[in-house]
Amino acid sequence: MSWSEMQPLLTQGTIDTLYMVLWATVVSVIGGLPIGVLLVLTDKGGLLQNTVVNKVVGAIVNIGRSLPFIILLVALIPFTTLVVGTFIGPTAMIVPLAIGAIPFFARLVETAIREVDHGLVEAVQSMGGSIPTIIRKVLLPQALPSLVSAVTTTVIVLIGYSALAGAVGGEGLGAKVITYGYQRFDTQFMLVTVVVLIVIVTVVQLVGDGIVRLLARRGRTAS
Amino acid sequence: MITTTGLTKVYESRGRQVTALDGVDLHVREGEVFGVIGQSGAGKSSLIRCVNLLERPTSGTVTVDGTDLTALAGRGRRANKDLRRARSRIGMVFQHFNLLSSRTVKDNVELPLEILGVSGADRSRRALELLDLVGLADKARAYPGQLSGGQKQRVGIARALAGNPKVLLSDEATSALDPETTRSILQLLRDLNRQLGLTVLLITHEMDVVKQICDSAALMKKGRVVESGTVAELLATPGSELAHELFPVTGDASGPGSTVLDVTFHGEAATQPVISQLSRTYNIDISILGAAMDTVGGRQIGRMRIELPGPYEENVVPIGFLREQGLQAELVAPDADADAGAGAGADADADAEADADADVQEKAAVPAQNAPKLVKEIAK
Ligand SMILES: Nc1ncnc2c1ncn2[C@@H]1O[C@H](COP(=O)(O)OP(=O)(O)OP(=O)(O)O)[C@@H](O)[C@H]1O
Ligand SMILES: [Mg+2]
Repeated sequence: MSWSEMQPLLTQGTIDTLYMVLWATVVSVIGGLPIGVLLVLTDKGGLLQNTVVNKVVGAIVNIGRSLPFIILLVALIPFTTLVVGTFIGPTAMIVPLAIGAIPFFARLVETAIREVDHGLVEAVQSMGGSIPTIIRKVLLPQALPSLVSAVTTTVIVLIGYSALAGAVGGEGLGAKVITYGYQRFDTQFMLVTVVVLIVIVTVVQLVGDGIVRLLARRGRTAS
Repeated sequence: MITTTGLTKVYESRGRQVTALDGVDLHVREGEVFGVIGQSGAGKSSLIRCVNLLERPTSGTVTVDGTDLTALAGRGRRANKDLRRARSRIGMVFQHFNLLSSRTVKDNVELPLEILGVSGADRSRRALELLDLVGLADKARAYPGQLSGGQKQRVGIARALAGNPKVLLSDEATSALDPETTRSILQLLRDLNRQLGLTVLLITHEMDVVKQICDSAALMKKGRVVESGTVAELLATPGSELAHELFPVTGDASGPGSTVLDVTFHGEAATQPVISQLSRTYNIDISILGAAMDTVGGRQIGRMRIELPGPYEENVVPIGFLREQGLQAELVAPDADADAGAGAGADADADAEADADADVQEKAAVPAQNAPKLVKEIAK
């Protein structure tokens, strides 16, 4: 394949990949954030201590995390069809990608929120702050750098998942590699695609780290 | 202003029960600085955390400014709206400051106001006012991470005052600070207490804190309040452990068969030449075994250990005379603290030298041989 043949494939693949990953990230954050917070709050000694809820949600998250993504991808085909109307194409792929990443992101959120000094929670309680206030004004802002790191990690994991999704009717760079690189033995195309993926992942990591550092520089040291 | 009755707190940890508070009755009057002192594990933190119900008492009641918080809180684990409203009228400062590192100093001070639903412009004005009050007007835009410990605690105090509380709770607010900074923070608390009529309940394990700013104090041991009262009352209580700790006087009797008295002066009495009057009126020789002047709770107090010749029975009248003059005269049992005497005497020497240039807290303690000079000072 010549460069001029490769270029439109790579461009389209990159656009599709970014499209899937972006929306899957948005959905994962919206879904995973409350689950992560809930896991912390309902835990023993938490503000909303509730062993049953904690155990059930924890178990679901663990199942979600231990399922290999490729199996999830196939198992979710009926559900995806129900939601999007089809299970093929980049939009359809957002569903399994997000569902695969929600438990992953939720655990990262849980860890990040747990790191917040309990003294701060007490301080806000002593001011008469309610639980929603504590979440909004203490837990989330204080955990923000860790949460940004969690999003970065999730995006990178999703880029990996999205390549896999190419095997099951998805679009994007993964699908292009399977069609042109694997099935047509075009090693050169495969290598170029790998380089593009590496570049994307590196840029995401750099941007994420940059934001974390920016937040840290605003005087966010201990206490 | 703050009253607890029969307050108990039992923690359950891994099946084991720990009684942190065992029937605490405490009464803090409006406008006073009340210090609770005790060793580690005595239950001081549990007590102060029960006052704003950060910790739910196992039994007993807490009343703050006429509101029974324990009744308000109901039975649920979560703080209901009424309790939260009541809490917003009680400021609290913490040993480790507990400032939000993600917010600027000013935004930290605004936080309680946000919770109270104060509008942006008012919040901003009030926060700057408060920062000015604690002497940090220039640090409004800094982050807590850029401040020293003392500055952080000032922010903590400003934040605690944001909701215009009548009561301020302080759990070891100065324990993470060096002595110099501790003094300045205590002075700030004292000033706020005076200026704003703020009632302060503070927890400490340092007697110096009680000495410097408390009007009243309580001693806690094993979950119980074993002594409590105004500093003057405590100093007047024979055998009070707190009084002795607050203000030790020592000195050994020159021999058997004499009467040893601890005499405490405060206020007016400290300015009268009582000892020379006593000596002249009854024609007795008085030896001074030890004496000290100190500032306790902002008041000058003198203590002196004197020896009168003859047994107690012969000295009833002179002792009566001292008490008539408004002094506290407390009989010291022979050999009561002969052991403690030797060690403390050496301490007193060191103090006397160190105090030549001590300015913040005036303090003089002298062993017996230097005493006459001090008596003149007291008599002046
Ligand atoms: N959350 C808790 N769970 C179990 N036991 C507790 C808890 N908090 C305090 N205790 C126990 O209650 C007792 C009193 O503790 P508290 O913190 O009130 O003491 P303190 O006087 O403040 O001590 P310190 O000077 O060390 O701060 C201690 O024996 C402590 O181990
Ligand atoms: Mg404590």
